[in-house]
Amino acid sequence: MKYKSQKVAYWFFALSMLLLVLQMTYGFIMGFARFGFDNLHEFIPFNTARAVHTNLLVVWLLSGFMGAAYYIIPEEAQRELVNVKLAYVQLISLAIVGVVAVVGFHFNIWEGRKFLEIPRPLDYLVVVNVLLFLGLILTTLFKSKRRTTTSLVLSMGLLFAALLYLPGMLPFDSQVTDSFFRWWVVHLWVEGVWELIMGGILSFLLIKLTGVDREVIEKWLYVIVGLTFLSGVLGTGHHYYYIGVNKIWLVVGGIFSALEPLAFLAMALFAVNMYRKGEKKHPNKLALYWTLGSAILSFVGAGLLGFAHTLPQTNLYTHGTLVTAMHAHLAFWGAYAMIVLAIISYALPNLTGRKLYESSRGRAAFWLSNIGMIGMTVAFGVAGVAQVYLERKFKMDFMVVQKEISIHFVVLILCATMFTTGIVLYIIDFYKHGRPTDEALEINN
Amino acid sequence: MLSKKQARAFFLGGTLVTFLIFIGLTVYSLSAATDQTNRENLTAEVVRGKEIWESNNCMGCHTLLGEGGYYAPELTKVVDRLNQRYDGNGEQVIKSILMSKGPWQPNGRKMVAYGMTEAEATDVVAFFNWIGQIDLNGFGEVVGVDRKISPLSKDKINN
Repeated sequence: MKYKSQKVAYWFFALSMLLLVLQMTYGFIMGFARFGFDNLHEFIPFNTARAVHTNLLVVWLLSGFMGAAYYIIPEEAQRELVNVKLAYVQLISLAIVGVVAVVGFHFNIWEGRKFLEIPRPLDYLVVVNVLLFLGLILTTLFKSKRRTTTSLVLSMGLLFAALLYLPGMLPFDSQVTDSFFRWWVVHLWVEGVWELIMGGILSFLLIKLTGVDREVIEKWLYVIVGLTFLSGVLGTGHHYYYIGVNKIWLVVGGIFSALEPLAFLAMALFAVNMYRKGEKKHPNKLALYWTLGSAILSFVGAGLLGFAHTLPQTNLYTHGTLVTAMHAHLAFWGAYAMIVLAIISYALPNLTGRKLYESSRGRAAFWLSNIGMIGMTVAFGVAGVAQVYLERKFKMDFMVVQKEISIHFVVLILCATMFTTGIVLYIIDFYKHGRPTDEALEINN
Repeated sequence: MLSKKQARAFFLGGTLVTFLIFIGLTVYSLSAATDQTNRENLTAEVVRGKEIWESNNCMGCHTLLGEGGYYAPELTKVVDRLNQRYDGNGEQVIKSILMSKGPWQPNGRKMVAYGMTEAEATDVVAFFNWIGQIDLNGFGEVVGVDRKISPLSKDKINN
């Protein structure tokens, strides 16, 4: 750690960990409900559990991204954050918005729009919160003489993520138009600007961990985010195939979605090549595991599994089935959850001064959570493909099919247990690092 | 060899061009000339039905236009499907489920008892009817009464 104000990142990471645990808990509630154990239905019906599960994912990832920005920006800009107190205000308000939204979901207070369930009054608070965050980050950058590509790409991602939240707040009478603009937020976040954030964090970590020249890494960063936008923006079309808009999206979405894996492949090759080129042997191997793991699994989850069902001919049958859940789990895990866990693994020893990166617990956390998540993805995939054939091809009734495939959710729960064990070990490691301290200022990694 | 400046130009130029095309296609596909939703039939009833749909987060379990929670049935074309199953009484069946004060649990999977009024249930049915008439580029047939089957197996049947 080089600047005192970087310490605020620790508390954003801690909030992330707390919300991740809650997110997994609600995931278990849904998993059990799918094979008949829905005893909590009176208090937490499936739609509540689902809204909590997906919204907490968004909030914990955003909290992780914000923590990453508070850690990275001072180091890149070579100065303290402009106002640390306001950063804590922003943290507390983010936590309050998250908690109020989640509690509200249990009392039928929501918007009922997939992924954007947060009710309108809280949307405004989210906007204020994000504006405060952006104000702090951008002012810090503006006041610095040093503006690196890494910090610019990261900030650009965060700025566009905030701007793209707005189309989701527009009211429409038509379900089709509503859905159309909902994807402006969800798709352009996940397959657009969040990849800028991921790219920025990845680039920072590779510079620190491999020692490869910044100019080389940042040049390829531009190429990768360029490929991301080139394919991802028009790739939004794959959400428009079958929701009631013009057929032109079948062509445009089909072609550009097929290009989307290229951006992820480039990112994976980039990370592995930089690692091979690097002469610096950074002792924090765990951070390196998570960094390379993120680049590779995002290619598999977001790139390959996304491609597996975005061809219009395939999507005609897989649209609206568990095949989507298969892709979504590994994509979010690989691209975003792992990159947040990577920056935490890198930053924690520097913030606290405790170098726990040789622990077998940390390695077990990495392998258990990854193998668990891959198992969950396979379980969703098998259930999804069986659903497609039975329901869509053999015309069986939805609920009859759900009974047929319920066994796969037992497998899902088993794999989720392995995943959870990994995450719990990660959090134990987090806790063992202790609090951030000024004494860690002397440690420069 | 590619320079950093060229890489930046590729990123900024590519993003700008694709985003402009995206905006153009958005305007095109939402214009009245290419409408596939019968927007003239978007009555006050349908809009109220959509509000009820959203305020109860029905999408958290069901899917509509293929979007939702994958926990409960797809509701695009639901009126047609239930009409076929219940001798043309599809709308009545939906209303009775929505108005029920007791839980509805087909095959043991529970649905929240919403206890809606007749007027509310009628609005939701109007919303489903409007959704059911949208041209979904083939998806309507996949989830509708006459479900399409895989083109490959179709060939086999024909041969």
